Amino acid sequence: MTDAVGLSETSRKNRLGSLGAYLLLVLAAGIMLLPMFWMVSTAFKLFSDTFRIPPMWIPPYLSLANFKRVFTVVPFGPMMFNSVKVATLGSLGQVISCTLGGYAVARMRFVGRQPLFLIILATMMVPYQVVMIPIFIIMKNLGWVNSHNALIVPAFLGGAFGIFLMRQFFLTLPNELEDAARIDGANPMQVFLYVILPLARPALTALAALSFTAFWNDLLTPLIYLSKMELMTMPVGISFFKGLHSTEWNLLMAAALLNITPAAVIFLLTQRQLISGIALSSGIKG
Amino acid sequence: MAGLAELGRAKLRWGRPRRGMPFRRMPRHLVIENLWAFGFLALSLIGLVILTLGPILVSFYLSFTDWDALGAPNLVGLRNFIALAHDKTFFRALWNTIYYTLVSVPAGMIISLALAMALNRSLRGIGLFRTLFMIPVISSTVATALLWGLMLDPYIGLVNYLLQLAHLPTSGWLTDTRMAMPAIILMSVWKGLGYNMVLFLAGLQGIPQELREAARIDGANVWNEFVHITLPMLSPTTFFVLVISIISSFQVFDQTWVLTKGGPQESTITLVYYVYQTGFQQLRMGYASAIAYVLFFITLIVVMLQWVTQRRWVFYQ
Repeated sequence: MTDAVGLSETSRKNRLGSLGAYLLLVLAAGIMLLPMFWMVSTAFKLFSDTFRIPPMWIPPYLSLANFKRVFTVVPFGPMMFNSVKVATLGSLGQVISCTLGGYAVARMRFVGRQPLFLIILATMMVPYQVVMIPIFIIMKNLGWVNSHNALIVPAFLGGAFGIFLMRQFFLTLPNELEDAARIDGANPMQVFLYVILPLARPALTALAALSFTAFWNDLLTPLIYLSKMELMTMPVGISFFKGLHSTEWNLLMAAALLNITPAAVIFLLTQRQLISGIALSSGIKG
Repeated sequence: MAGLAELGRAKLRWGRPRRGMPFRRMPRHLVIENLWAFGFLALSLIGLVILTLGPILVSFYLSFTDWDALGAPNLVGLRNFIALAHDKTFFRALWNTIYYTLVSVPAGMIISLALAMALNRSLRGIGLFRTLFMIPVISSTVATALLWGLMLDPYIGLVNYLLQLAHLPTSGWLTDTRMAMPAIILMSVWKGLGYNMVLFLAGLQGIPQELREAARIDGANVWNEFVHITLPMLSPTTFFVLVISIISSFQVFDQTWVLTKGGPQESTITLVYYVYQTGFQQLRMGYASAIAYVLFFITLIVVMLQWVTQRRWVFYQ
């Protein structure tokens, strides 16, 4: 009857719409990927082949020379190590402090909980540049200019994003678990360590991965504190490298690729948690 | 950058009388509970005071001084702010930051919403596409900026090559005073799409399917459904994305540091770049604090404006 006709027409329209959506996605994916492909391709090219017009899409050889040279032109090995150190310890600090803080804000009762939570949220609106100079003064007085401490220690002192993310997650857990443990005589730290933390693994993974990439990619903070080559993290090192070898694109792309790869691997491994973490941090779901 | 919706909703609870008891009469178990909570919060509270609240006050003070990072700061009254009012580079940086925000935020939001809707619809390959769009997000701005430096190179760049193939006009991009900022915007939009898309996608998936079906049964076409169901239901997400996009675009720095150093002829100098330049390269910390405070002030005004206007277009379920 008319209903059947109507339905088949809608479903045909639907299928057309889906096809359109699919084409849009493929096109967009191509645009997203082309530059990335170009980075990889250039990283393996000889210097002379970077100037070719029409461009050489895929070099007919596999030259690792650029990657080797990156390590000899600047202390790239130490820079990589510095990045690993700062990002690992930094994300550890964020996980410890923000998990504790987020749990307290989500689950514990204390005087001034609501105002404190709102103040923490409001600090997200404060541009880092406003607090950057006073923090620099503190670090200078501690003798931490040209020290990784200036990057790592603040990570152990919480942060609005991490606290909020963890709070949102803890709010999704049922109360009964803690009540049961408490009746059995566990203190809040025991409840936290043995009941809550094992359940919080997805959120912990998301926070760890998000803060690892944030520290791994950060430019401004290391730029302010680190002026010695051998202390620099990769982003600062690479940006100086650009100043020295501004037209050697094959070399620059090799360095950029070396910088992106670890972050990409971590993303691929933790993707599911990381994406639901981002969604959770919007505070809209959950 | 999160929890803005929360902050908006939380306001309601602010005004209600608190049920908490005065300290004297607090029973012992509550005292213990408080002690535990503040123990859990110790690290965060130290951070809040030492790394945020304290520095906000200190840099407010510094903005009225001539501090040069070496000697003692001298109070100079409003001199920094008066100098700012006559500083051409400052206005250049301010305008560039506004220009960057006005173009990159709407462009980024519209494109990422379109992609999220497409992804929400053709569920096939959703994971693969999401991964692809997220790769630029998790890559460092330094590395992706370098990549775009190559893409936009006037002579050997892929962008000009492809434009030429299509018989379209080419450009000097980062070397051209008029095209340098659009080039940086292009790169930034490309990099940030995936993040907004993930947020929009989460928002779209939260819209109950029954609503769409009901609308369709009532004879709504695709456009009606978009305007009367998707957009209103998505408005909390849109609000959140808008606020975090604006806050972060006010702080654009890495791209210009890597690609243009603010040039050519200050055409890409941004407020944060200028803060860095005056504070950490010229060691005019007092002046830099004044610029940072202007940035803070503008951010606050814009966020508050959004707060006031959100009631008209944001619908919380």
